[in-house]
Amino acid sequence: MNRIALRRFVRNTNAVLGAGLLLLLFLLAFAGPSLTHWSHTDIDYTALRQPPSATHWFGTNSIGQDVYAQVLRGLQKSLLIGLLVAFLATVLASFAGACAGYFGGWTDRLTTLFIDLLLVFPAFLIIAIVSPRLRSANWLAFVGLLAAFGWMLTARVVRSMTRSLIARDFVRAARLMGVHPLRIIVRHVLPHIASFLIVDATIAVGGAVMSETGLSYFGFGVQPPDVSLGTLIADGTGAALTYPWMFFFAAGLLVVFVLAVNFLGDGLRDALDPTSDRARGRRASRARRPARPAPRTPHRTEHRAPERTAGA
Amino acid sequence: MFAHLVKRLGYYALLLALAVVISYVLSSLALSPRGYFEGRQPAPPPEAIDTQLTALGINDRTPLWERFGDWLGHALRGDLGRTLDSSDVGTEFGRRIGVSLRLLLAGTVLGTVGGVLLGTWGAVRQYRFSDRAVTLFAFLLLATPTFLLAVLLKTGAIHANEAAGRELISFTGERTPGLTGNFATLFGDRAVHLLLPTLAIALGTAAAYSRYQRGTMLDVLGSDFLRTARAKGLRRRTAVLKHGLRTALVPMSTFFAYGFLALFTGAAFTEKVFGWHGMGAWFIDAVGKGDVNSVVAVNVFAAVVVLLAGFLADVLHAALDPRVRTS
Repeated sequence: MNRIALRRFVRNTNAVLGAGLLLLLFLLAFAGPSLTHWSHTDIDYTALRQPPSATHWFGTNSIGQDVYAQVLRGLQKSLLIGLLVAFLATVLASFAGACAGYFGGWTDRLTTLFIDLLLVFPAFLIIAIVSPRLRSANWLAFVGLLAAFGWMLTARVVRSMTRSLIARDFVRAARLMGVHPLRIIVRHVLPHIASFLIVDATIAVGGAVMSETGLSYFGFGVQPPDVSLGTLIADGTGAALTYPWMFFFAAGLLVVFVLAVNFLGDGLRDALDPTSDRARGRRASRARRPARPAPRTPHRTEHRAPERTAGA
Repeated sequence: MFAHLVKRLGYYALLLALAVVISYVLSSLALSPRGYFEGRQPAPPPEAIDTQLTALGINDRTPLWERFGDWLGHALRGDLGRTLDSSDVGTEFGRRIGVSLRLLLAGTVLGTVGGVLLGTWGAVRQYRFSDRAVTLFAFLLLATPTFLLAVLLKTGAIHANEAAGRELISFTGERTPGLTGNFATLFGDRAVHLLLPTLAIALGTAAAYSRYQRGTMLDVLGSDFLRTARAKGLRRRTAVLKHGLRTALVPMSTFFAYGFLALFTGAAFTEKVFGWHGMGAWFIDAVGKGDVNSVVAVNVFAAVVVLLAGFLADVLHAALDPRVRTS
């Protein structure tokens, strides 16, 4: 991130707030458990359905497990799943999209067909069908599944951005010099769309966590004895009225986390993408008329349409 | 334009064919209807299970391609097979789709119109207080998964009912079972039952659309043609609504089409939480039981909806954007 982008980022209150919140959540998830001597599997038979107190900070659930320890454990898992899924999906999307856009022809046609085919199936349905098979496998298989169904829209955008990049002189020069295509993609194409990829990956973290919790809520995701925010919310739903602490801590952390990620993503977009609404809007209002209409970056319109598809 | 649409239609047909094959193979391999029968109390003898599975056309001991050929032959004649309880999938389908449509229609329309209006308003009033408030609210809603929103609404309703001392807002199922009365009573009962699910759907939809609409509208507000429209003497309001909104809706048409699909699957959560027996709930129950024929039916339906949506988006795009029509 260069200095101008950094300055724009820091000026954006929401983005800074989002980044700060995320940092706090990470600290809470990974350092928080050591503050209490309860682990998420411990059962305190002397305290069933106890409200928050000095011994059990977030209270206990119906079988005497410490809600604080459970929520933090769930937060850990959800954070890890979100980050891993977003990372894998972005890598897959940038590679597939860049190859399709760069090579064109049949590579392009087949990739597009494959992407469209995956988009035809709602990811939620496929994951629900396949995941009972993975019940014995660990949660990494679930991460793989979520990533496998989360890369298509990004890949489409990467493809169209690559197509407009390969007409540029520096790519043509590299090609005429005989640089290997994969090297051109990695060294010249991908760095030019890095800002889009960063923003997209950030927002994808939120999307992945929403999918994870939704699927886990119905028992298709993380399996017991492991917990995630989704399974905790599912377990606490019935108790939301009578024993609110079993439900609202997990639900609240989930909302705060996704909100923070979205704020951060929005702020990063404004900072990194010079054609984004905020940057242009400010300039436009200052000059009372916009400069030339900025070249359309496809990602603001095409980007993340069915965000709520995957069970969000 | 016509040739363009026909070409798209052919592509969609290819996608649909592939989707049908893949969803059949995938569900047949991953689900185990045998386990469902074996888990019954008392467990039926293995021969009986075999006969039953063969009768349903989902016996895992028959080769997969044979089962698929059989299913396809029937499906092409409009027979989607039978569910695990030996009822007709087609009949079940018709019933469920009615429930889903009744559930979704009001929420989707409200959410879409509301989202577009809020987004446009936010763009026109960029950075004013109202824009910031709408933005913050939209972000908050976008960070709340559908199932959580539904559960929260339900909890709120229970609180309200307790405070009122009687059932003010009923939210379980489509109607009060056993209620009799004239048309107005029954209709009112259904409307009350629809309130919370509609709210859950409309809020989520409106939040997402308002963000997109705000983005596309901001692009349009800074454009030359809008300045020209103002320069030739149009009032700001007319210029924004007639020239701006229409152009800003072009990229949105894709979202509308695909949003429709997202609804049918996203509604699974709403249905489950509020106890409606629509397509989504059917799917979740069918996966749990290993009901291959029902799962395939829902999958094929979802594929048809996406492709129809995609085609609709193409048509809408052509209708709204003259450049597509002439080229």
